[in-house]
Amino acid sequence: MANMFRISIDFNEKSSEALVLEKKISQMGFAADVRVSDVYTVRGNLSRSEVEDVAKSLHNETVQTARINAPFSRKFDWALELGMLPGVTDNAGHTAREIVADMLKKETDVFSSKVLYIGGRLAKKDVEAIANSLVNTLIQRFHIKSSADYARDGGMDAVAPDVKLHGKQEVIWVDLNVGDGELAKIGKLGILDPLTKLRRGPLALDVDYMHAIKKYFSKLGRAPTDIELESLAQTWSEHCKHTYFSAAIDEIEDGLFSHYIKRATEEINSGFCASVFRDNSGAVRFDDDFLVTDKVETHNTPSALDPFGGSITGIVGVNRDTIGFGMGAKPIANRYGFCVGFPEDSRTIYKAKNQPVLTPKRIFEGVISGVNVGGNCSGIPTPQGFVYFDDCYRGKPLVFAGTVGIIPARIGNSASHEKKAQPGDNIVMIGGRVGKDGIHGATFSSEAMDEGSPVTAVQIGDPITQKKLSDAVVKEARDRNLYSSITDNGAGGLSCSVAEMARECGGFIVELDKVPLKYPRLQPWEIWISESQERMTLAVPDSTLGEFAELMKSRGIEASVIGKFTGAKKAVVSFRGVEIFNIDMDFLHNGLPKRRLATRPYPYKGSPEPELRVQDHEDILKRMLARHNLCSFEFISRQYDHEVQGGSIVKPLQGRGRVNGAATVIRPLLSNRRGVVLSQSLYPRLSEISAYDMAACAIDTAIRNCVAAGGDISRLALLDNFCWCSSDEPERLHQLKDAARACYDYAKIYGTPFISGKDSMFNDFKGLDSEGAPVKISVLPTLLISAIGIVEDVANTCTMDFKMQDDAIYVVGMTGDECGGGEFYGLFGETGSRSPKVCNSRKLYEKICELNKKGLLSSMASVGPGGIAVALAKMSIAGMLGAECDIGIAPNRDLPPEKIMYSESQGRFIVAIAPGNMERFGKEMKDFTFARIGVVKGGSLRIDCNGRTLINLPVAAIDRKYKERFGDW
Amino acid sequence: MADVLVISGYGINCEAETAHAFERAGARPSIVHINDIISGKSRIGEFDIIVFPGGFSYGDDTGSGSAFANKIRNNVWDDVKDFISSDKLILGICNGFQIMVSLGLFGPQYGVRNCALLANSQNRYECRWVHIKHRDSRCVFTQGMDRSHVPVAHGEGRFYCDAETLKSLESNRQVVFTYCDAFGNEAGGFPDNPNGSLAGIAGICDKSGRLFGMMPHPERGLYSCNEPEFQWKKEIARRNGLIVRELIESNFMIFKNAVDFVGR
Repeated sequence: MANMFRISIDFNEKSSEALVLEKKISQMGFAADVRVSDVYTVRGNLSRSEVEDVAKSLHNETVQTARINAPFSRKFDWALELGMLPGVTDNAGHTAREIVADMLKKETDVFSSKVLYIGGRLAKKDVEAIANSLVNTLIQRFHIKSSADYARDGGMDAVAPDVKLHGKQEVIWVDLNVGDGELAKIGKLGILDPLTKLRRGPLALDVDYMHAIKKYFSKLGRAPTDIELESLAQTWSEHCKHTYFSAAIDEIEDGLFSHYIKRATEEINSGFCASVFRDNSGAVRFDDDFLVTDKVETHNTPSALDPFGGSITGIVGVNRDTIGFGMGAKPIANRYGFCVGFPEDSRTIYKAKNQPVLTPKRIFEGVISGVNVGGNCSGIPTPQGFVYFDDCYRGKPLVFAGTVGIIPARIGNSASHEKKAQPGDNIVMIGGRVGKDGIHGATFSSEAMDEGSPVTAVQIGDPITQKKLSDAVVKEARDRNLYSSITDNGAGGLSCSVAEMARECGGFIVELDKVPLKYPRLQPWEIWISESQERMTLAVPDSTLGEFAELMKSRGIEASVIGKFTGAKKAVVSFRGVEIFNIDMDFLHNGLPKRRLATRPYPYKGSPEPELRVQDHEDILKRMLARHNLCSFEFISRQYDHEVQGGSIVKPLQGRGRVNGAATVIRPLLSNRRGVVLSQSLYPRLSEISAYDMAACAIDTAIRNCVAAGGDISRLALLDNFCWCSSDEPERLHQLKDAARACYDYAKIYGTPFISGKDSMFNDFKGLDSEGAPVKISVLPTLLISAIGIVEDVANTCTMDFKMQDDAIYVVGMTGDECGGGEFYGLFGETGSRSPKVCNSRKLYEKICELNKKGLLSSMASVGPGGIAVALAKMSIAGMLGAECDIGIAPNRDLPPEKIMYSESQGRFIVAIAPGNMERFGKEMKDFTFARIGVVKGGSLRIDCNGRTLINLPVAAIDRKYKERFGDW
Repeated sequence: MADVLVISGYGINCEAETAHAFERAGARPSIVHINDIISGKSRIGEFDIIVFPGGFSYGDDTGSGSAFANKIRNNVWDDVKDFISSDKLILGICNGFQIMVSLGLFGPQYGVRNCALLANSQNRYECRWVHIKHRDSRCVFTQGMDRSHVPVAHGEGRFYCDAETLKSLESNRQVVFTYCDAFGNEAGGFPDNPNGSLAGIAGICDKSGRLFGMMPHPERGLYSCNEPEFQWKKEIARRNGLIVRELIESNFMIFKNAVDFVGR
């Protein structure tokens, strides 16, 4: 008979966690004394002495004390226990279970939780408020006891959050011989479950898709099974087939992706590209011997529901796009990007009545910490990232997660980016087990789940399980040639990974009962489409299966043979010996009807150019530096490990003054001088003025940021992430078309190919405002451009910080009247209408790269959001050196000083050079627009305009403004 | 040639750069998965130096280093004790240091814990470069060292022990590194002392001086181009007609000293 033990670990001195919680609680207005204990609820057939051994191994007796089934001995007023809901990944519990198994050679169940012992004059509702600020009730549970109740019960109750599923595992046939109304319902709301009489959750299949499916099955003379329908929904989803980008749109028959994105890459036809658009990541050539891969994903909806879980699965998930590239690349850097509402915003909005949405601050904190845990635990540096705040993201945040990888160009005798599952290969799933996680993404409502077992639709990543898997694949199995193909289990789970790989050989037969489950009684269709994390699918030939299985076992990784790849053009799935799925591969992949989209011109409005007369320039500069999108987010940079792997060169914080830079450089191979430069850029606020300019500016800035760090435009590639809204509106599609056209135009102009991309078409929040009135909050059409390039020698990288007194400061490039959609107008709540126009700066970027290689440039910044004045200020702060400049000298189109300072014209740099190099610089730059505007000097930033001093501020003062906003985060 | 066992697995993640550092220092490193040691495929006794590299073994669950230390204690503890008693070296960096603390390698008796590495006082992961200062210690890895500039990256690095233990660590010359400011003065609070460590302790050795653990990562600070001030120092050097040295000698020395000790 299994017993339950509660092992509680108390700190003798108050822990850092308790002290930080006290501070957080005091910010909520409560004075409380907090102690935190870690609790492991162990269920198993253990003797008392065995439990004591377990308790001993779970704490350090020099600072902690363990108790078994005994109450807390100190005085307190409230006990608050925080734990996971059934089925939610419990990493600490999982580790403790492994410790017990290793020590006692016995299997147990271990569930982790925390108890806060709170002292203070608090009412129960106050403790509830504290609890609600700490947990997300979608995935976590809490339980409160007063000290009296606690004493009466002898402690908190032992809770084992088991998943209990009921009902038979069976397959149902779905009758499609119904009217269009019912077909639409099935497509939109899901299959009607015969047992619960509830819809199982959206298939996102439109009626025309449903008709195609109906026609196919009536030809077969039977109804589809639920698993067949669910599987088609996954394979045909927007996520997998990118229907909006592949559909014919207006006069563009081949669709936006083929016509603009892919065509640009094909026409550039660069030898720099190694693998584009066809694998989990794109790849470029690092040198003769290695390829570098890159991929950026979004995880928006999951992050809105559970920001921590959404962002950790985002980052750990995109890591698998690296591991799943070619024969398996090693992750060498993570990228992140968070577009969120303003953290000061306290307005509550509701999904439905009484279902408040998390505030922007909670979302921001959650997504930050998800990438923290996911990235840090995986041993992958996270140097490159950004945060972007706008009111439009308060309903739905955008969470970007990207991973860069490296792979030898050849493995054995074959090119590493080629892979091919062979008929007869075993289908092997490795990594985590399958549960209900992520079925139907986040739309799966709790009502649809079985009564009493609130298994979550939200997932939490387990980076250590994945790290084990990643090491075993890319550091061992790959180089021993143990498999013929590999891919990630991401969206759609096995249904997508197996079907995708089977295209390489013909077809597949899967035996679903061989898939290892987290808990019994999952329905076959659930097993097939579950998005449980940390899994890869491989094609392993019989000849190496034994060696492969042994290797995985010796690395503590579960590997299961779940079927065979075949040469037949059939997709077949069986369960307990009965065939429950049999679809032609051709229909599965190509059966979806081609779409045709029509656009209608978007009424680009912008707003009239504001008449702004600046009186106090110092005040404006200070306020600009404190703006959300310009100020320091150092607190994020330094909680993300950017030094692991030993290759950090240009870091997220530049200079002794620690300023967030716009690009980073890593050296992936420690005995090679080459580096990889990364940058990102986005201009969502331009999309209301011109989506074309929005895309063009993002491309120009991403490229320029790389060049400013030492990148070489002839070895640069781009990635696109379109995050759109209301894509069923022809006007929004028109914006999409405009942005895609700009992608083609500027990729061509710069010769920088797109190598990978992703889209997310409906980033709209529909719900209720605080008064209960319906509200729709759509994100601004947002295009994130990520750039990746190769730096020949990391010694030739450049940073923005002013290095030496008396260096000459130059502005390179022309400043126009282009404040529209920029930070300066934003300061006054204005948008304006004059968006920056992008000219061809390719020759300039080549020249800058050349001068940097020659060692002529001592400091360099790409002029981005906030314009020249903000760039100068950041260079001063980073270098902890002042400057004296006259911005009236900067090349400009007769602009007033504030526009010279803050216009966001593209194609500009600020550089500083040694006084002795001025003449040479002038000669080298004779074909370009530039001017020497001043000198690095003293400890203050002085900005004049035509001799009149507008700004004279000590560097310490602007430093304070720049770092103030998130200073105590 | 010094044979170095660089242990990997279960979330350790700095094995490659650590092996690289030893290789540069003239050793022959082997990265070996802990399970291959437990299974007997690889034997601890065949090596001169064991390294527990940095990383996130078991995701820091149940306390950083604790689960990995349990695995060693449950499976290969006798081999480790034999290794220690045969005059050989053990190095732990960051998570490796946490594993060594959890194994109890720094007290009067091997296997009995005398200190802890607690959650940083800010209760958050911290990645930054810090300055450390070598104390008059018996540690063989650090002889001849003075100050160094080196990155830390950890969530649980706050060194803690009771007053009596601290006294004995100091009097036995077991305190190896303490955090300091850029000028070598004892670190006050954050950020010079990045985690709130007692007495600013960044690294300690055992009673023999042959077992050494530190929170900072010298293997990530091997090359001058890794330093945050690299571009600035490069510019200063260039103006003086010089170039920046390739290696950060003070960090490299830790590996070199170990290799020299084996070859003595």
